[in-house]
Amino acid sequence: MINALTIKKDFPIFSRKIDGRPIIYLDNAATTQKPRQVVEAIVNYYYNFNSNIHRGIYRLSEEATDLYEKSRENVEGFIGAGKDGTVVFVRNATEALNLVAAEYSRNLEPGDEVILSTMEHHSNLVPWQFLQEKGVVLKFVDLTPDWELNMDQLETLLTPRTKVVSITHVSNVLGTINPVKEIGKMAHENSAIFVLDGAQSVPHMPVDVSTIGCDFMAFSGHKMLGPSGIGGLYGRKDYLDHMHPYMGGGEMIKQVWKEHATWNDVPQKFEAGTPNIEGAIGLSAAVDYLRNLGMENVRSHERELIGYALELEEDLKIPGLRSYGPRNLDVRGGVYTFNIGDIPTFDLEMEMMSRGIRITGNGIHPHDVAQSLDRDNIAVRSGHHCAMPLMNELGVAATSRASFYIYNAREDVEKLFDGIRMTERAYAK
Amino acid sequence: MTDDDLQIQLILDHYKEPRNYGKIQNETTSITEANPVCGDTLHFSLLIESGRLVDIRFVGQGCSISQASASMLTEYVKGRPVSDIKTIKPEVVLGLIGIELGPAREKCALLSYNALMKALAPYN
Repeated sequence: MINALTIKKDFPIFSRKIDGRPIIYLDNAATTQKPRQVVEAIVNYYYNFNSNIHRGIYRLSEEATDLYEKSRENVEGFIGAGKDGTVVFVRNATEALNLVAAEYSRNLEPGDEVILSTMEHHSNLVPWQFLQEKGVVLKFVDLTPDWELNMDQLETLLTPRTKVVSITHVSNVLGTINPVKEIGKMAHENSAIFVLDGAQSVPHMPVDVSTIGCDFMAFSGHKMLGPSGIGGLYGRKDYLDHMHPYMGGGEMIKQVWKEHATWNDVPQKFEAGTPNIEGAIGLSAAVDYLRNLGMENVRSHERELIGYALELEEDLKIPGLRSYGPRNLDVRGGVYTFNIGDIPTFDLEMEMMSRGIRITGNGIHPHDVAQSLDRDNIAVRSGHHCAMPLMNELGVAATSRASFYIYNAREDVEKLFDGIRMTERAYAK
Repeated sequence: MTDDDLQIQLILDHYKEPRNYGKIQNETTSITEANPVCGDTLHFSLLIESGRLVDIRFVGQGCSISQASASMLTEYVKGRPVSDIKTIKPEVVLGLIGIELGPAREKCALLSYNALMKALAPYN
């Protein structure tokens, strides 16, 4: 079991007060706070081990190299990478997905297809859009009325030309937990590879790439208690071995001549230049922290919080409040995306025709909602959440989003709904 | 009530009951500006006669800051010479809003200002 109040003590930022009151941090899908253990691991590296890794023939460098590579092993173990897979350290999930899209796609030919979904974050969409230049076709799995992926449609989208299926594990807007094992199976039966965006799952639930059967998985350190600027690309070694390097430079080579070079082994082949050493060490400390809590416990804690949020939503009946995401908690992560009233996209003609000469809309814009909640020190995100195609699908210009983590308690959920209720009253026309 | 609370009441008043809302039939020019990040949109309709902004109306959708600032700005500039309006600094609009805004929300407040300046650029 997770005791959020005990956990909170590990996070120095929560001793800070703004306007004399504590911070209620509900923007964890964007980034999480950092426990003392992670910050201390980074400080310890700089105080005692700082040096450039690999090739240094002195003890400091050997120790730093050891810390860096042990961090990799730790992270690999955390996500269940077996001996056939590895983790390439990158900046974040975005870079990981760009790497796969750019380099795996060298195998693709005009007319080949990549299947994505309507709920993808821009980071698992735009890198694949680049491939359209070389004639690759993008296809999209849509949502069911229950905010889940339409698996029947996925079945029909798969063709012999489908080479890649790249889908998010958990939607950063809807909180939908997708049936990734099944998706992977379908992709593989169709001889396509399965790329998983784990940015919103690895921090929040047990994720085991070997069990899931994905070929690549992207994740970000800063969304799982780690520092920013470090993330991972899990990949099958046989694929990575055959892929072209993403960036050229130091460390990624074996030998270099004036006109050509040979590549280092995986994963160093994809880590050109001095890497984010402190980041890897910090991420490893974050992994230790999470492993100590137990990812099953993390998941059940968040399940309880989102369940409580949906319960309060139903009980309080705040006028105009609606949320987006599955009501079935088995497939719902700790993300609560909502609006108060309609927040339609602007249409001048519609505005003039339906509304005449004054604003009569009943919606409260997400920016107003976020600013109003901020007056109570409640941090939520508002906007399109880097998922503009999904916003279009929802028929809204923007939404507000509260997302939970290990240090949030039921009390935080109550404060959120108090804040929403006060905001609705203040703006009521 | 603090001064901030009073100002917020004023912003909400402009938001709920915007001044100069609508479209001018015989407009000289019009402009639509949007902030793609949040979808805030403003459409201004302008009537310019002999170098004077005789009438200005707007239609829009978005947060209270973007809509209230448009409403306040129309009141502030209506009837004034175009050359005069063009000398207005963005700080003036922030002053009309009158509460502390973070950098993200200053964009909301200045959407109206930027749209108006763009619309007036070809006129003297």
